[in-house]
Amino acid sequence: MNATLQSVRKWAVQTARLCCGVPDYDVYVKHLREHHPERKVPSYKEFFRERQEARYKGTGGRCC
Amino acid sequence: MHAAVMPKPSPASKILWVAIAIVGAFCLGVVALRRGEPINAIWLVAASIAIFVIGYRFYGKFVEHSVLKLDPTRAPPSVLRNDGLDYVPTDKWVVFGHHFAAIAGAGPLVGPVLAAQMGYLPGTIWILFGVVFAGAVQDFMILGLSLRRDGRSLGHMLREELGPLPGIVAMVGVLVLMMIVLAVLALVVVKALTHSPWGTFTVACTIPIAFLMGGYMRWFRPGRILEVSIIGLVLLLASIWFGKNVADSATLAPLFDFDAKALAWLLIAYGSCASVLPVWLLLAPRDYLSTFLKIGTIALLALAIFLAAPTLQMPAVTKFIDGTGPVFAGDLFPFLFITIACGAVSGWHSIIASGTTPKLLANEGQARMVGYGGMLMEAFVAIMALVAAASLHPGVYFAMNSPGAIIGTTVQEAATTISQWGFVVTPDELLQTAKDIGEGSILSRAGGAPTLAVGMAQLLHNILPGGGMMAFWYHYAILFEALFILTTVDAGTRVGRFMIQEISGLIYKPLQATESWTGNLLATAICVALWGYFLYQGAVDPLGGINTLWPLFGIANQMLAAIALMLATVVVVKLKRERYVWVPGIPALWLIVCTLTAGWEKLSGPISFTAAANKYSAAMQQGQLLAPAKNAAEMQRIVTNNYVDMALTGLFMALIVAMVLFCLRALVKAWQTNHPTAHEEPYVALGSVTG
Repeated sequence: MNATLQSVRKWAVQTARLCCGVPDYDVYVKHLREHHPERKVPSYKEFFRERQEARYKGTGGRCC
Repeated sequence: MHAAVMPKPSPASKILWVAIAIVGAFCLGVVALRRGEPINAIWLVAASIAIFVIGYRFYGKFVEHSVLKLDPTRAPPSVLRNDGLDYVPTDKWVVFGHHFAAIAGAGPLVGPVLAAQMGYLPGTIWILFGVVFAGAVQDFMILGLSLRRDGRSLGHMLREELGPLPGIVAMVGVLVLMMIVLAVLALVVVKALTHSPWGTFTVACTIPIAFLMGGYMRWFRPGRILEVSIIGLVLLLASIWFGKNVADSATLAPLFDFDAKALAWLLIAYGSCASVLPVWLLLAPRDYLSTFLKIGTIALLALAIFLAAPTLQMPAVTKFIDGTGPVFAGDLFPFLFITIACGAVSGWHSIIASGTTPKLLANEGQARMVGYGGMLMEAFVAIMALVAAASLHPGVYFAMNSPGAIIGTTVQEAATTISQWGFVVTPDELLQTAKDIGEGSILSRAGGAPTLAVGMAQLLHNILPGGGMMAFWYHYAILFEALFILTTVDAGTRVGRFMIQEISGLIYKPLQATESWTGNLLATAICVALWGYFLYQGAVDPLGGINTLWPLFGIANQMLAAIALMLATVVVVKLKRERYVWVPGIPALWLIVCTLTAGWEKLSGPISFTAAANKYSAAMQQGQLLAPAKNAAEMQRIVTNNYVDMALTGLFMALIVAMVLFCLRALVKAWQTNHPTAHEEPYVALGSVTG
């Protein structure tokens, strides 16, 4: 029961963040560590700022 | 014909599907055939759910297996190009939530409300069958195509499959569509806030609230989206609550009391400032609020409809299917099919379905759920909006949605006119409704949002009665729509700026530099001027604006859908799957016919822009003044506006015809070639990448 609740919570948080254009930070850090160990891992604050800027650049868009 | 790829269903599942089909058919029968007595909205909702489920299970699956031939063993772009940021294999429910939040907007809430003037039945049937055979097919197929092409955008795929020139033509179409979308949406806000100090105050409060949230997230608690959104929500609700005091106060109310023209200028000024501010300050925080509020409000609306189970007071079919309706002019065909765009089929979705979503799907096998299923959800939102509008007293509905030029500007005139149409209503009922929702007047508040707000307020009031609650819910619904629309205006201006820079860069290269301040400001100014012109035109329009501009929006949106479906048709033939060419081909053809017919009727004939321009210029030559113009200059402006709308309609028609010709050329060529010529990326087995 506890595990289900936790996975629902994780889903909700991840979805809510993604709806605002912020992907999963942990996934990104894991990806960096595995594939680009030479790159600096950004803090959540840096990561968040970069994503916030990126969301409104270029031709993304939303529906009417 | 496609049994080979599908597993044989078990007897239990066969029984289940037969049962769903029978329930759905029965409910639809009740909705369609019972006449003379009002029916409960639950019949309509149940029929819709049954049709969506059946469409998803059977037609969606058919498109997946036979037309797109999606392959769960094939590695999707998220795996092949995984960068941890844009391309990330993501849980399918997360992708679904994200995709739905991106496609759901004000569109499915406004169109069905306007279309309710023909009764609830025509709109319902178009939403249900339109979504199953056109809208969801478009979203799903574009998603499928993009999945096979590294998650490329619609524009990129058009250039690749059709050639560079069709790509540019489509890009211009998207830009003009976007300007019309922004103008129409901003006009919805203007209509909702005209002489409404309460509404204007709460909407104005969103600006300092967003600043506060932005600062909090920037310096105090970086990246805490949920936390800051809850704070923002509490402040918003407090501003709605306090808004009543503003409306009641003799000193404060005049400060927030504006007419349509003043509001249009305020929005234009707001749009130009907001789109050059740093995103973290205003745009992003309000975006978060509006995203969560949108999902929450849709859930609230669903809950209200299920709990309140309202009776549909609007007749199934009204006499206005003959094209004489006050809300929008024109016959059922083609105008119903362009009035309800989002909800049945919306070209805008093809941009989302070829944007972030294909870069997130972890497996091709999940595309049906996200692409087809997401659009079915949106259609459900449209059905709910239709229910909210149709459960209103029809007299109230027409009072709110008809232009002042038709029903007059006093409750007595409005009640007399509307009662003559056969929807008996007394001036007192109209006054009482206005009083219940805390507004001075409900007359001529076209644009869908206020009607939906009254409908929602009544539904919620039935569940949670209490003094003054209806006024609270009404302003909550208005705030929700305004918040969402202001975010779109802001973000849309930024996207429009990029598109203008891209297009002008084709003519003069240095204009493309998105880092240059002069280029940015120039493109922003052009962008705001474009939508601002149409917004202002709507604010001074004799028929209230929505009546004039919504068909333009509908034509443009369905034009984009036709382009997306034509692309899908060409790709199906290029893949040498000609026997399935009808799957995207028939809806594409239908939309081409609808948009061209609607365009033609707007160019020539009694409801055209040409006729309106001629009427005003003839009056001018005889020295007469026609309402709402108060002097010759205003008369001249109305004539000019109608000429601009004519030119725009002509441009849309030319764009469609050009795209049809480009696609026909590509179709003939692909048909004659005896091997597949589509630009798909090569097959990579999923097992070989993740294993």
